[in-house]
Amino acid sequence: MSFPWAQEYKPQGTVSKWVDERLPLPRLVYNAVGAGYPVPRNLNYFWNFGVLAGVALVIQIVTGIVLAMHYYASVDGAFNSVEHIMRDVNSGWFIRYAHMNGASFFFIVVYIHIFRGLFYGSYKAPREMIWLLGVTIFLLMMATAFMGYVLPWGQMSFWGAQVITGFFSAIPLVGEPLRQLLLGGFAPDQAALNRFFSLHYLLPFVIAGVIILHIWALHIPGSSNPTGVSVKGEQDTVPFHPYYTAKDGFGLGIFLIFFVAVTFFAPNMLGHPDNYIPANPLSTPAHIVPEWYFLPFYAILKAFTVDFGIPFTGIIIIPAKLMGVLAMFGSILLLFFLPWLDTSPVRSGHYRPLFRKFFWYGLIPCLLVLTYCGGKPPYTQWVVLSQLAAAYYFAHFLIILPIVSRIERPLPLPNSITEAVTGKPLPAAA
Amino acid sequence: MVRLIAFLVGLFFSGMLLIGLGDTVITAIKEPAVPSVEAEFHEETLPVKFAHDGPLGKYDRGELQRGLKVYAEVCAACHSLNLVAFRDFAALGYSEEQVKAIAKAWKTEVPSINPETGEPATRPAIPADKIPSPFANEVAARAANNNALPPDLSLITKAREGGPAYVYSLLLGYRDQAGYKNEEGKELLKEFPEAATPAGLHFNPWFANLNIAMAAPIVSDDQVTYDDGTKATKEQMARDVSAFLTWAAEPKMENRKSAGWAALGFLLVFTVLAWMSYKTIWADKKH
Repeated sequence: MSFPWAQEYKPQGTVSKWVDERLPLPRLVYNAVGAGYPVPRNLNYFWNFGVLAGVALVIQIVTGIVLAMHYYASVDGAFNSVEHIMRDVNSGWFIRYAHMNGASFFFIVVYIHIFRGLFYGSYKAPREMIWLLGVTIFLLMMATAFMGYVLPWGQMSFWGAQVITGFFSAIPLVGEPLRQLLLGGFAPDQAALNRFFSLHYLLPFVIAGVIILHIWALHIPGSSNPTGVSVKGEQDTVPFHPYYTAKDGFGLGIFLIFFVAVTFFAPNMLGHPDNYIPANPLSTPAHIVPEWYFLPFYAILKAFTVDFGIPFTGIIIIPAKLMGVLAMFGSILLLFFLPWLDTSPVRSGHYRPLFRKFFWYGLIPCLLVLTYCGGKPPYTQWVVLSQLAAAYYFAHFLIILPIVSRIERPLPLPNSITEAVTGKPLPAAA
Repeated sequence: MVRLIAFLVGLFFSGMLLIGLGDTVITAIKEPAVPSVEAEFHEETLPVKFAHDGPLGKYDRGELQRGLKVYAEVCAACHSLNLVAFRDFAALGYSEEQVKAIAKAWKTEVPSINPETGEPATRPAIPADKIPSPFANEVAARAANNNALPPDLSLITKAREGGPAYVYSLLLGYRDQAGYKNEEGKELLKEFPEAATPAGLHFNPWFANLNIAMAAPIVSDDQVTYDDGTKATKEQMARDVSAFLTWAAEPKMENRKSAGWAALGFLLVFTVLAWMSYKTIWADKKH
């Protein structure tokens, strides 16, 4: 594990020596995020977002635990208990708004973190396991965020739960009974709310566990870097502490400034007004839309409008609804296969001229279009745009990327990280 | 193998999406979407500014007190405000005695039981009570309102796109539908003869489907007599009650904004110091 030149933990005092011999926890921390972890010296600001995602999780867990002390998981009382937190609990408005916007900011930093991985090829050998665990964390986050959004039991909570749990009914034969079993009823009600609350409290700790595995897996090969060139020697790295703790401290300040600005001055900007209306199973909102971070996937779901069947016979093999559900889950699950779809030995997008073109002019606009269209009502122009973008999304990962990595001629790589940084070849002695 | 399966899956999904795209386009050409009356005649909120707007905005206590009066004398006849307690009115600048007096004089009494017989009864409100609902339950509310349910107003400015500006626009938005034209000069009943407002509803182009069950609540100037001598024009009353309902929905807004400035100030110092230590630590490392 790690590089041979990593600094060793040397306990100084009697107490720390005593502890180190019995439970070397300080040693573990020292080697994980202290001076004992050598990190490439050329990381740019995109490498701040892993730590920021960790901070966002901590914010969510701390505010969430306090909210759970005042929240009441009941279909009659949930909505008013949230308002009780907003009005009567000491600083409850702050805790609640921080948790509500914290979810959005968690997704913002995680999306940037994933973007970093996609562009710089962080998913490639020898870091496939880190990537697989990361996609797992992302799936868990989505489940947690969805269930958390249901808890205030507003209109969007209820109807969002109705739509999402409706996915199960798209499964042939067993779909509807399965949906009822999971919900504990025919529609989201008290049983479902209790389940959502229980799981919403559980999953963040599962996420924390998978994050530990994610960081463990990271420490086997060490961090990647913007050139994608592997670390060759001590001159290529700096100890995580103090170099990257200092840089992450600065990054954290910038992150918190954005977070605080939204939480205190525009706390409802990212939410939907309908969720301030108590849930009413008898009144469907005009447009049911998920939170912004689900919009690209929601657009993919809605983009499937034709059944798959045998032409001219009327036999339907996969109905459009089921295909939409499969594609929506598939759009995330395909990320698990990314390390084996992109076979180019060059990691960083900087040295991949063709990959870079498809990335910037294909994938990124496609994701922005999907996000935008996901929140729009099903008018022709939005449906057409999301169909086009969704078609590109699948083509990009499943067809274009494998072909590009085969035919592309990468640019020459620098000989080492130090050479890339200093702009001159390494001295012969080093 | 992975790449072959991926290729086929990609071809299938992308292919189905492109077929769907063709289908959508053909359908759109065959049956072009008919513009809806809501799309053509629903109005954006009127431009209106409030003292509490913006990151430095604070509630105008006089405005809130006038708004409370409009709510109590006009809206409260039908709309509940069940998340707000009388004690909360202290934040509008009333003394403890004044709050007690407001609670005691409130038109609707609080449901209670007769302490001798145990029969259902009512009693005057006290500061600890939430504002009592004008109707005993939803059935009673619908029965008295032509089967429409007047929504609770506690969160109305957060539960509608546009917030206070929406409430303001809606209150002043009642129009005569006969001969009504939008800004482009299109006449509603000529373009959509079938969209005539049904009996029992009222035409209001600021309401989502243009026809609202609530009759115009603010009908004439001086409908309410303000204690501070402000002239109660229709616009003034609509403004004041919109501001009051914003406070009802977000009573902690001023705490929130001032705490926000303190947090931002702290973070600014923190970030500058963090930046300086980052630069100092990295001074000897090219990166």
